Amino acid sequence: MDPVLTSHVREPRGATLDAYVGRGGYEGLRKALGLAPAQVIDMVKASGLRGRGGAGFPTGMKWQFVPKDSPRPKYLCCNADESEPGTFKDHVLMERNPHLLFEGCLIGCYAIGAKVAYIYIRGEFSHVQRVLEAEIEAARAKGYLGKNIFGSGFDCEIYAHRGAGAYEAGEESALLESLEGKRAQPRLRPPFPAVVGLYGCPTAINNVETLCNVPLILTNGPEWFASLGPEKNGGPKLYCISGHVEKPGVYETSMHVTIRELIDKYGGGIRGGRTLKAVIPGGSSTPVILPDQIDAQASFDGLVKAGSMLGSAAIIVMDDTTCMVWLAENLMHFYRHESCGKCTPCREGTDWLLKILRRIERGEGTMRDIDLLADVASNIGGKTLCPFGDAAVAPVLSTIQHFRAEYEAHVREGRCTCPADWRAM
Amino acid sequence: MSFHPEMRYESGMHVSQRELRPDGEPFAFTPANRDRLEQIATHYPAEHRRSAVIPALYIVQEQQGYVSAPAIRHVAEVIGCTPAEVDDVVTYYAMFFRQPVGKYVVQVCRTLSCALRGAERVTAEISKTLGISVGETDPTGTFTLMEMECLGACDRAPVVMVNNEHWHECQAPEDAGRLLESLKASGEAALTGCHLEVERD
Repeated sequence: MDPVLTSHVREPRGATLDAYVGRGGYEGLRKALGLAPAQVIDMVKASGLRGRGGAGFPTGMKWQFVPKDSPRPKYLCCNADESEPGTFKDHVLMERNPHLLFEGCLIGCYAIGAKVAYIYIRGEFSHVQRVLEAEIEAARAKGYLGKNIFGSGFDCEIYAHRGAGAYEAGEESALLESLEGKRAQPRLRPPFPAVVGLYGCPTAINNVETLCNVPLILTNGPEWFASLGPEKNGGPKLYCISGHVEKPGVYETSMHVTIRELIDKYGGGIRGGRTLKAVIPGGSSTPVILPDQIDAQASFDGLVKAGSMLGSAAIIVMDDTTCMVWLAENLMHFYRHESCGKCTPCREGTDWLLKILRRIERGEGTMRDIDLLADVASNIGGKTLCPFGDAAVAPVLSTIQHFRAEYEAHVREGRCTCPADWRAM
Repeated sequence: MSFHPEMRYESGMHVSQRELRPDGEPFAFTPANRDRLEQIATHYPAEHRRSAVIPALYIVQEQQGYVSAPAIRHVAEVIGCTPAEVDDVVTYYAMFFRQPVGKYVVQVCRTLSCALRGAERVTAEISKTLGISVGETDPTGTFTLMEMECLGACDRAPVVMVNNEHWHECQAPEDAGRLLESLKASGEAALTGCHLEVERD
């Protein structure tokens, strides 16, 4: 499949308004403004577009949940907090194709009846904020956003809002809290953000890549979009490949692709001709899969069948030099650091898990510790306000499930049995 | 009853021995920065000015290098919320410094994709070269070493960020000491920047 989202990202000045309009940009918005908002939502529903942030929830349905008759203002928030370890696709879209995102935001605002869209960027993306703000100004100067867009009577503003370093801000209700100037901590649901969201108003929250697909659906039609991938997994998809491959990067293809093709064909195979040990297929919060599972289709449904998830399509590849206890410890350090502290099981549990993993990795653990890990993990998963708890335990549980022998070897030999020269030992 | 050390108690009552963190330098926005903040505040509904707390704290940090307690009180006054609400934000987010830092804050990504490509060794090398641990500032006040969680450029691992803003990609562990030298000599020009800024090439 030829790239459509990222076809021009390598061109110098390809991110500018002139370049974007030159390649047919903002035609999707023009078309949307000629339709009724409900027709726009119907088109997005018919395309089968599913959220690219991780959950794969149908976008059209999400927009439909926003009450039309509410007297309060409505908001669209673009989740550009991209913080899932291994994920760097939205980074490319925002920096190199910002107007595609703006067009998606504007169409989304029109569909749900919002007049303001906030793009919540992660704190580390200050260079992205500079690009977005400059291009927002350019678009406003030419009348692509602001008052009475294309003479349609539709007013809409877009603002880039930058966070300050918090993984949890990527969780939709925590994102709203952060945007309101508070700690990024999740809210109790219901009510869902579609009804009570930003400033207590109806709010739709969509990922960057999701919104970038919307103009394409308007321009090329929902049938075109659906035909690009397997059934219920249509459209172009960006994959982030990192870790022990020859050519890490962002690659765009359809969801017909398998994990094996992504590693070998796109990622250039395992680095240094070594052998594959395990793959995290959808960002650190998804369970690891083994070399005999990599023929799974890298789609929402294909990876669920393989016992994992597509998540944010962040494929982290580990070769045979990787210690799986070390991997679990590395990711648990991440989750302990990023736990927002609101729910006790997650705040306390991630700290306990890290301590136990560290003990085992250093060769100071006992066989009981391995069961203790599973026990503590079972008291976090499903017992928190947001999916963070489930995410935090996925790497521990899946490495114990697939690599228990490696954990046991650490205990038996009293040392890390798989040290690698790329680690600081 | 509060056990706050500054509170005056009647004689015979328990007085906390807890030491508060030093207050830090006094702070007020420069007129230009105050204008910038007011401009940003227009992005949000007037009754939700609190949304501008994070942008305000970024401006504080730009002006002062870190966020002192007087700065927290000043931001609260300017925004129209309580100092506790601002402190809540400062203490939560990883990119706000609550004490003075070195001229260059070297922030090495430590999460999986970077670690698989040698990030642990990058940190170890910098730590050894400077003779400091993670979180510390070298005696000359030039460098502070920090570890960050995933910075979102995993295809260019290991990634290093400097002063919350400037990117440096594909840092080979064995050259990490040299990065410090070139930072000292030529400042941010020593860094690769983000590879997506193709106009730089």
